[in-house]
Amino acid sequence: MKTKFISLVVGGLCAAAPAMADLVIPNLSYRTGAYAPGGIPYADGFNDYFTLLNARDGGIGGEMVSVPECETAYNTEKGVECYEATKGLGALAYNPLSTGITYQLIPKVTVDHIPLYTPGYGRTSAANGKVFEWVFNYPANYWDGASVAIKYLLDQNGGDLAGKKIALVYHNSAYGKEPIRTLQDLAAKHGFTLTELPVDAPGQEQKSQWLQIRRDKPDYVLMWGWGVMNQVAVQEAANINYPMENFIGIWWSGSENDVIPAGEGANGYKSLAMHGTGMDYPLYADLKQYVYDAGKASGNGDQIGSVLYSRGVYAAMVIAEAARKAQELAGVSAINATQMREGFENLEITEARMAEIGLPNFGQPFAATCADHGGPGAAMLQQWDATSKKWTLITGFIAPDQDVLDPLVAADSEAFAAEAGITQRCN
Amino acid sequence: MPDQVLYAIEVTLNGLMTGVMYSLVALGFVLIFKASGVFNYAQGVLALFAALTLVGLQNGQVPFAHVINATFGTNLSTFGWHLPALLAILLTAGIMVILAIIIERLVLKHLVSQAPIILFMATIGLAYFLEGLGDVMWGADIKKLDVGLPQGISDTIERVTDGWFGYGFFIDNLDIVATVVAVLLVAALTIFSQYSKQGRALRAVADDHQAALSVGISLRFIWVLVWSIAGFVALVAGIMWGTKSGVQFSLSLIALKALPVLMLGGFTSIPGAIIGGLIIGVGEKLFEFIMSSPDLAGAWFGFTIGATENWFAYVLALLFLVFRPQGLFGEKIIERV
Amino acid sequence: MLYREAGDFKTTYGEDSQTFPIRFDRMGYYVTLLVAFGVVPLVINDYWASAVFLPFLIYAIAAIGLNILVGYAGQVSLGTGGFMAVGAYAVYKLMTSFPDVPILIHVLLAGFVTAAVGVLFGLPSLRIKGFYLAVATLAAQFFLVWLFNKAPWFYNYSASGQITVPQSKMLGFYITGPQTSATAKYLFCLIILVGVAVVARNLTRGTVGRKWMAIRDMDIAAEIIGVNPLNAKLTAFAVSSFFIGIAGALFFAVYLGAAEVTEAFNIQKSFLILFMVIIGGLGSIFGSFAGAAFLVLLPVFLKNVLVGQLGWPTDLAAHLELMIVGALIVAFLIAEPHGIAQLWRLAKEKLRLWPFPH
Repeated sequence: MKTKFISLVVGGLCAAAPAMADLVIPNLSYRTGAYAPGGIPYADGFNDYFTLLNARDGGIGGEMVSVPECETAYNTEKGVECYEATKGLGALAYNPLSTGITYQLIPKVTVDHIPLYTPGYGRTSAANGKVFEWVFNYPANYWDGASVAIKYLLDQNGGDLAGKKIALVYHNSAYGKEPIRTLQDLAAKHGFTLTELPVDAPGQEQKSQWLQIRRDKPDYVLMWGWGVMNQVAVQEAANINYPMENFIGIWWSGSENDVIPAGEGANGYKSLAMHGTGMDYPLYADLKQYVYDAGKASGNGDQIGSVLYSRGVYAAMVIAEAARKAQELAGVSAINATQMREGFENLEITEARMAEIGLPNFGQPFAATCADHGGPGAAMLQQWDATSKKWTLITGFIAPDQDVLDPLVAADSEAFAAEAGITQRCN
Repeated sequence: MPDQVLYAIEVTLNGLMTGVMYSLVALGFVLIFKASGVFNYAQGVLALFAALTLVGLQNGQVPFAHVINATFGTNLSTFGWHLPALLAILLTAGIMVILAIIIERLVLKHLVSQAPIILFMATIGLAYFLEGLGDVMWGADIKKLDVGLPQGISDTIERVTDGWFGYGFFIDNLDIVATVVAVLLVAALTIFSQYSKQGRALRAVADDHQAALSVGISLRFIWVLVWSIAGFVALVAGIMWGTKSGVQFSLSLIALKALPVLMLGGFTSIPGAIIGGLIIGVGEKLFEFIMSSPDLAGAWFGFTIGATENWFAYVLALLFLVFRPQGLFGEKIIERV
Repeated sequence: MLYREAGDFKTTYGEDSQTFPIRFDRMGYYVTLLVAFGVVPLVINDYWASAVFLPFLIYAIAAIGLNILVGYAGQVSLGTGGFMAVGAYAVYKLMTSFPDVPILIHVLLAGFVTAAVGVLFGLPSLRIKGFYLAVATLAAQFFLVWLFNKAPWFYNYSASGQITVPQSKMLGFYITGPQTSATAKYLFCLIILVGVAVVARNLTRGTVGRKWMAIRDMDIAAEIIGVNPLNAKLTAFAVSSFFIGIAGALFFAVYLGAAEVTEAFNIQKSFLILFMVIIGGLGSIFGSFAGAAFLVLLPVFLKNVLVGQLGWPTDLAAHLELMIVGALIVAFLIAEPHGIAQLWRLAKEKLRLWPFPH
């Protein structure tokens, strides 16, 4: 008994022994804490896709994929601990689903030479591959999102937003502050006025902000929210009878979780989407056959097909494709993290390839280069239908305004390069 | 009337309503503090736990489904029933009573006559435990709470005020319901503590533990009673806040909103909790309104600041306490050597 | 034999009043130091550094700081997270403004800045007492966090409001930034911790510490015998905040490397450190170490056992971990409200008499 306990103690304090043969892609997820409702479906989708690859194809290029999961609770300290605990396993790529943890990991992965993939979140200026060698954030980032939203509004208004009022309701954190500079530049360019309304985490109480919106009557409201803030904002917007079709959230404010608690009131709410949603893709037939019916579904299996589940699938798909590309370039199947980075950097996702995978028209085609780690940045808009409880896509992919974004990305990444003493590559 | 004044009135009214919501949480604290001297940090988590249980019962969720599935490889999720709201509320109240008994048995009984800070820390430990338990029992995903409370703008008030002032005021129906419920709750609590035997015993204990013991009042029973009542108050608060934002982890953070209310009103006074809540509600909303409005703060100071609500209540309470260290209605602190 | 005063003769006053009067204790202390400085740096790797050692060392500094305030001076504070944020932002501003000055000096300066802020927020303690004070210190917590999140000057106008530590070197070794080796981080924090512990230990048994304890035990009585409460309370706030500021500076600069104030220094941090102090033992330097070790190791241990050994789903494990930590805290408070330090004292008493307890 005593020796058993001691071995448990010793084993408990040492990280689990690695199985070196596999392709290791850790899943730093959060299924607890204030942001669990967002973290659970994402982690499930991420896991299920790799489970499918293992069950159906025997992994990637003949190598099984192992996805050790580590709980971060959206907490940076635990995120760092998870990173250190899993990097010894031979991790090929990280995807922490948290802007805060991403900022922590950027310097670390740069030294440890492990790619960091942050689709649709993280540090926006990492799109500049000249500075951020190890970080990838294609297909779209926050600044793209801001620009796409404004572009959509321009379309709605016949190309002219002059004199319009747009309010930004944002999570008062690194994540929520990201789009402000872009929107300010866009406001200057298109002549609309921007009102910034910060909401402190967690965002349970937003009456002041929404009373202000009710008084000021902005033509449009944009939202950068996460966690409970989304549900409360949608509810409050419905409460003040704000026209929901003029209320647009970023892709992190556009999941079923965010609108269902508001019931009928959420009908017509729009959000950005960087990929398709729902189970109408051929891939789901395979997922059902090899994963769900085999009882291997991650979590409770009740998140399948939801927006954030789809995003987890999307991220996993891109990482898997990058691994495939890396194997092709390296000529070996058991790649290491440096080879994986080559795969990310030379990754090209075409429409034909997505159809082959079983996800036709799911995301946008893109091709990364040495300098471009950010992709085209296009996004669609989706609208909530409260009766059928479904998101419907209402536009195709809208490209962002690169004239505004490029200088911003260049300025921010060059500031980082100067601060961190990085010499630019790709010249 | 100029627009700004109308807006200020609207903000004040909404602040009062928000204050009522804060008071609902603060009430639970006061009840327990008065009767047992325990500063119960777990009150917010109790609200979360109650709301989770209510939703779980209503939707016929199988408790601990996740653990059972993980251990035995089964695939349980629901019992397949859907309970009417009232029945579910009653059942949840019953569960809160059982919880109160367990807490008394396992925790409070053993901590008699410890320093207040130890009791306080014990309730934080309890909060951790209940938070984990709630999640293990019912899952960490967000749940919609619907017991049939109305929500959204009150059209009548908007129409009437529009007729009077030319500007329709926004009042949330849910806030109106919350106010009515809070009034009923306080009235019921007052009647209970003034006219029932148990209520009198409760007040006796609050006045003087030793004297109450010596006339034959069972302290342990009183503790179970007061934790049950606090559990019920938590349930009410959980219903109100849960209807507003869905039931999930963040619900437990409303406890942080109640602390400045307590400081201001005094830890031992029920009217203090109500009035403190109203002052904090109005104060923080008006401050935010003034400081974030370009026409007011912008014109006066040349800058505006937003998202002040998290700290304003605390700073207000702090400044207030410097002048009146025992809060508005707290018992006067008499110090002897 | 093992743990005896017998035969250990003291011939000077200095020897008589030393921290470890028993030879066995003294040797234990030197062996611990030897292991900490001589052995651990040789075997430490990135995982052990970031998961166990750095959090332990830094939280121990913060816990010593808070223990001075709560345990010695009797002023309950829940503003620790906010004060750590002051230290973190101070060190960030100093490092970016004066990149050539050694980091050790910046860390100490950050401590002094925090001490000043601490005194400011300690002023109400002259009027407000007990729980009212505890809740009042939350005003510091929320206001400071809001301020650092709000005013762009503090985060050098970066787009997202995150602060990232610049690289810096001391004696030819990287101390901050991604290039830093686990050993360098560990040793840097360890040296500061040892310094802090020695200072704290000697402060608390000197005049200042006695004044604090007099105020803690009964402030009116202390006032009557000539202890100036203004002085005593404010020095307690200053010294405590100084240590907490250092802990915050290290937490950001050495441990995390980048921080977001709303996340890294929120109210949970205040509670966590207060727990360390209470579980470790109020009014004990050893207790601060023990409490920090307990609360840093326990979650890591549970996580690795539940997920790594038993193979449970991570969410279930995390929830159970929360339940176990909560239950253990309650159990601990019931079993020994005076903390691990008290258990240690009792054990030592027993050891002295062992094997003939009568």
